[in-house]
Amino acid sequence: MTGEPLLSINNITKAYPGVVANSDVSFQIQPGEVHALLGENGAGKSTLVKMIYGLVRPDSGSMTFRGAAYAPPEPRVARSTGVAMVFQHFSLFEALNVAENIALGMENPPPQRDLAKRIREVSEAYGLPLDPDRLVGDLSAGERQRVEIIRCLLQDPKLLIMDEPTSVLTPQEVEILFHTLRKLAAEGTSILYISHKLEEIRALCDEATILRLGKVVGKCTPRDTSAAEMAELMVGKSLATPARDNAELGEVILKVAGLSVEPSNPFGTPLRHVGIELRAGEVLGIGGVAGNGQDELLAALSGEVTTPPGTITLNKTPIGDKGPNERREMGILCAPEERLGHAAAPDMSLVENALLTARQRKNLADSGFVNWGATRAYAEKVIADFDVRTPGPDNVARSLSGGNLQKFVIGREILQDPTVLVVNQPTWGVDASAAADIRQAILDLAQKGAGVIVISQDLDELLEVSDNFAALNEGRLSNVRTTRDLTMETIGLMLGGAHDMHDLDEEAIHAEA
Amino acid sequence: MLRLEKRPAPSRAWTAATPVLAVVLTMIAGGIMFALLGKNPFEAIRIIFWDPLFHESFAAYSRPQLLVKAGPLILIAIGLALGFRAGVWNIGAEGQYIMGAIAGASFGLAFYPSESPLIFPGMIIAGALGGWAWSMIPAILKTRFRTNEILVSLLLVYVAEKFLASAATGFLRNPEGHGFPGSRNLSRIESMNNPELISGTGMHWGIVAAFIAVITAYVLLNKHVLGYQIKLAGQAPRAARFAGVNPNRLIVLCLGMSGALAGLAGLFEVSGPAGQISIDFNVGYGFTAIIVAFLGRLHPIGILLAGLLMALTYIGGELAQLMLQIPAPAIQAFQGMLLFFLLAVDVLSTYRIRVKKEGVA
Repeated sequence: MTGEPLLSINNITKAYPGVVANSDVSFQIQPGEVHALLGENGAGKSTLVKMIYGLVRPDSGSMTFRGAAYAPPEPRVARSTGVAMVFQHFSLFEALNVAENIALGMENPPPQRDLAKRIREVSEAYGLPLDPDRLVGDLSAGERQRVEIIRCLLQDPKLLIMDEPTSVLTPQEVEILFHTLRKLAAEGTSILYISHKLEEIRALCDEATILRLGKVVGKCTPRDTSAAEMAELMVGKSLATPARDNAELGEVILKVAGLSVEPSNPFGTPLRHVGIELRAGEVLGIGGVAGNGQDELLAALSGEVTTPPGTITLNKTPIGDKGPNERREMGILCAPEERLGHAAAPDMSLVENALLTARQRKNLADSGFVNWGATRAYAEKVIADFDVRTPGPDNVARSLSGGNLQKFVIGREILQDPTVLVVNQPTWGVDASAAADIRQAILDLAQKGAGVIVISQDLDELLEVSDNFAALNEGRLSNVRTTRDLTMETIGLMLGGAHDMHDLDEEAIHAEA
Repeated sequence: MLRLEKRPAPSRAWTAATPVLAVVLTMIAGGIMFALLGKNPFEAIRIIFWDPLFHESFAAYSRPQLLVKAGPLILIAIGLALGFRAGVWNIGAEGQYIMGAIAGASFGLAFYPSESPLIFPGMIIAGALGGWAWSMIPAILKTRFRTNEILVSLLLVYVAEKFLASAATGFLRNPEGHGFPGSRNLSRIESMNNPELISGTGMHWGIVAAFIAVITAYVLLNKHVLGYQIKLAGQAPRAARFAGVNPNRLIVLCLGMSGALAGLAGLFEVSGPAGQISIDFNVGYGFTAIIVAFLGRLHPIGILLAGLLMALTYIGGELAQLMLQIPAPAIQAFQGMLLFFLLAVDVLSTYRIRVKKEGVA
């Protein structure tokens, strides 16, 4: 690809107090190119695209768009120049239909009927089926993303920015998205694709720019570069893949049978007849797209929501009606997805946060009076053993980075030596090396004979750590399958809700896919 | 250009320094206001902050008043602060204060003219129970029907005031009072009197109770699991539930504690400084205590100091009206400034000010 680049970024620097988000960043995007922006959390990807989209202004450096100087003071200017962006978090109104939502984002929306017609045309042209009259509240995450994409495509952009677009999609939906993006690129639209999922980037992108700590540390052609090489560039060191010896699974320690839970709020997902058998030494991976009952399942297992006693049994003792602290005493420990506000109190110190879940098993209180000395010692042990980067245990939880706080939360539970550990999204928003540490700690725990349930939306993570795999879809749990026999295709069907998988032979699966 | 930047963690030094800074700023702004009114600002400030404690002729009267006024404020504010820390907003301490006073007085008067030494302790228990029972109304409505405790507890103040009027003119009216509203004077009945314990200090049992409440609350919040759970529930309700805290139990507990302490304050007031149940014996301590609780940063020691400071500005304010003919609204404005500056400088403990030059884009 030669000739004049579509967008050229020249020596851009942007500093925030205490941190340089981008330092002397330069790269070019050619017309019709799918360009990957690759980097860990905090590498400066978001700041960079915000500057391209006019949300943030650079401290120094310049940009040119189709040969002309480009310095958008606000997103509206960026949009009129031909830059469109699909954000990771959607901004849609659930109570409005698709066409109304799209009209809200337009400068001069045409009448509803014309707009609906255009939405149909665009969605058919790019293979993104979408009915303009449906309420957004009834759409899946993948369909909502299509609304955002079509909203962008109606502006006829020259450059489409996509921020972590696949984190909410099933593998099949990812395929549809990639198909659309390739078609767009073939028509001459450039795409700036932000992700840390290396295999996706290898499958989709023509060029990649790799950021680390705000600096460009490398450029490569993803098709010709191995995922390991890219990961090394991204992290700055080579990563050990978590591993463990193949262990024999022991007796069933945790049994969940016929677990049905009504959601506590109107936007929750009810759990329907969930059944789980967890053996000693087993890592059970539970996959699923966000909002399919993950939070509810964790709450039912942790005891935040109680159920009839017999629905959950630990070593044959019914515990469905026990609260969180009673379950902790019996050996079930949990680490919820939301670190700030659920797993930890943001404005409390790490010492106080150590008390949050470790009081029972670590005897941190004597007849109601807190033993702060012992609590501090435990917090310090978690910090030391799990390599939590913080000046000390008196720092408040919100002052830690996401990855460090996650290491603290996971470490706090693992060092209590649980019989059963349940974690939800253990490495969400955590950088690659910390994620590898956390996964290794989970495997080590299982190696020692504990049962671990890992609930995650990251399929690569589940395939890496789990012995067995089940999918959660609309509050129902699929049958459990052995992980090493699974293909991405099968997983996709499980996530999509084909519950009677065991009845389907491989042929039928292929036919459906 | 000045900019506020959030600190990674609240600054402890500033948290301690801001109340002092606020008092200084109040003195400056208030002094300007007094000067504009044509009064000598230095004299006015001295009369408000210094004379009530150290003036050779008034101090003997006003110094005991400091404890008398601060005692109920502190006692009520401690209870409220425990609830506020947990995110339970009891705004109706005034009503619980009234009901505690009525319940305590009724208990005592029911045994009139018995001289038993058990009467006063019984009144104390009845006072606490009266305030507690009144606070259970918003607690039960909230836990059962998800009503808003702010509205329910506040509106119950007005119900309590009507009940007080009916008590003072009806079932508690002094049979020997020639038909005037108001109960027998409890402070003149030996078995029901809440006396000044040390002459010339204003110290009575209510102030002893306030000090005990300060110490207990301090230990509870800093050393006890319950205090930890209260703080946790206020800061991160989901994390509290995850830590096994039952939110309904905590609501009942916090409203109950603040109601009981407000009831105690009412009982000690009615059997001591106020002397009798009258239509308007309550003077708004229950509402002022909300201010005291926040002024003291919901911290027991802070509340102790804030209660004393609040009492001082009340006594000093009255003195300044008397001595310099400063109009009452100006004194209220002065007290308002104190609150205003306290809340305004609070921003310094969580934010820092940075001077930023306009950057080149």
